[in-house]
Amino acid sequence: MRRPLLRVIDAVMLLWLVATITFLLVRLAPGDPTTLLIAPTATADEIARQRIAFGLDGSLPAQYGRWLGAVLQGELGTSISRALPVTTVIAEALPYSLFLGGVSLAGSVVFGLLIGAWQARRAGSRGDTTMTVLTTALFAAPHFWLALGLIVIATSGAAVLGAPDWARLPAFGVQSPAANLTGWAQLVDIARHSVLPLCVLTVTGAAGIARYARGSLTAAWNAPHVTTARARGLPASLVQRRYVVRNAMAPIVVLVGLSLPGIVAGSVFVEQVFAWPGLGRTMLGGIAARDYPLVLGITLLYAAVVIASNLVADLIVQRLDPRRAI
Amino acid sequence: MKAALARLDSRLLWGGAILSLLTLGAIFGAALTPGDPLAIGDVVGTRLLPPMARSSAGALHVLGTDAFGRDVLGRLLVAARLSLGVGIVGSLLAATLGAIIGATGAWLGGVTDRVLLALGDALLAVPRLVLLLVVAALWGPGLPTVVAVLALTGWMGVARLVRAEVLGVRVLPYVEAAHALGVAPLRVLARHVLPNALGAATVAVTLGVGSAILLESGLSFLGLGIQPPSPSWGNMISGGREWLLTAPWIALSPGVALVLTVVACTLIGDALDKAPGTERATGAIPEVSRPRVSTR
Repeated sequence: MRRPLLRVIDAVMLLWLVATITFLLVRLAPGDPTTLLIAPTATADEIARQRIAFGLDGSLPAQYGRWLGAVLQGELGTSISRALPVTTVIAEALPYSLFLGGVSLAGSVVFGLLIGAWQARRAGSRGDTTMTVLTTALFAAPHFWLALGLIVIATSGAAVLGAPDWARLPAFGVQSPAANLTGWAQLVDIARHSVLPLCVLTVTGAAGIARYARGSLTAAWNAPHVTTARARGLPASLVQRRYVVRNAMAPIVVLVGLSLPGIVAGSVFVEQVFAWPGLGRTMLGGIAARDYPLVLGITLLYAAVVIASNLVADLIVQRLDPRRAI
Repeated sequence: MKAALARLDSRLLWGGAILSLLTLGAIFGAALTPGDPLAIGDVVGTRLLPPMARSSAGALHVLGTDAFGRDVLGRLLVAARLSLGVGIVGSLLAATLGAIIGATGAWLGGVTDRVLLALGDALLAVPRLVLLLVVAALWGPGLPTVVAVLALTGWMGVARLVRAEVLGVRVLPYVEAAHALGVAPLRVLARHVLPNALGAATVAVTLGVGSAILLESGLSFLGLGIQPPSPSWGNMISGGREWLLTAPWIALSPGVALVLTVVACTLIGDALDKAPGTERATGAIPEVSRPRVSTR
């Protein structure tokens, strides 16, 4: 039990380091939120009072101490631009990001593994090469560009092609504004709004996982013990199940574990283009407004998720690969 | 010649061809396309021309013109200078920084090594895009910031690789022999250890160029990278956003250029990764390795 405990202590230390680095990065940057938000006619006295309200008074080490103490108590401060507790702002945006990220990750894993397995079975064939070109290109395409392309196709493209009304998908926001839908109709409306962002995230995610799964599965197929198994006359399907997939699974599980943070952080561009009110968009807004507490809070959340998923991926690999066991 | 070509990995061939074409275009392209790609001229006569159209002055616009009547191909190629330059310089700087930090840590060991490792782990724990956004936005957008930030957020992978290699190489007999011969420690590191530890880093650099170009385009798309009127593929897409329905070619062509460039870098990186001589000795069962994860 010693090692896992050490890993947890490591993780907490890492989180503290991240907190300190981001605090320095954000607070040493030029610019001051007080002057951005207060009226230009404000007196020096009023500015000073505003500083105290924002927690920006005192020396930098003192501010750091205050901030860290509050974070340890689960307090992330008050958002400067929204005048709400940072935890509230994050809690409002998080479900939207979790929905986009969770659904698209699940889709990416399923489609990615299927495509990768299909390719590994016929490695080197024409179909395999075509698929590799396709996945490489999709993986290389910037999210925001794909998103804009989809918008053109789903709105004016669908209209030009004479697609029926239901096939013209909304490109902005989560719900139709001022429609006041309830119940089933509201769910359908939200689902229609999420089709395009989910498409972008799933297609690129699946392309990445397919590329990796193909490599990992091909390597497993080429291992000497697989040749032995085939030479012994075992049917290909049995070999695949028992000798190939089991060995190829570990790196793929690590990959999925490491893409878990993407659920939270992976959709900044997609959220921005589709006006999806998730964490990424909140973060961009916070950066533009020099909303220090908000930016620090979201960054800290991102880092915590990354560190936690690294930990989980390591623990799972130890279960899957006995050589890595403690 | 033909035999030599056949022996070359087709991925290297395609990747190299795409990059060479783009580089040539970046160098000579602006001279061959009509009009100044930065200046705004006869807007009414030349704006929003579709691809392959001729302007009222008779100039041929192969990829059309944008809302200010500037030739899209010309801007694309000028942007290629910036995008390729930022990608290559940013990635090389990151790799250099990573090699220095990784080698220093492995060579000195002890507290220095642990501090550098912890620093790298901490930076790896924040998604690179988030770090980029925070720094680029708060420290002022622009070309120097983008390059510096790409280097400062991209060194961790190379540092890990180089550190591991140096740790392995420093215990080899010829390094011991160099020490025994009385060669100064820094010279042993520079002449005998580092050259044998940098192989793994070259792959990371090639793949790093692609992701650096993508990140730069993303920053520029959000208005936090290269500032207009200087064209970059990212801010060209952003500029074409308003004209998506009437003039889709403005946003289409820089995206295609981006995809081609990143694919070329990926192809070359993949080919180098599996080239003979760079492969590790493998056991019967492939060892679990940490996959590279997209930094977007």
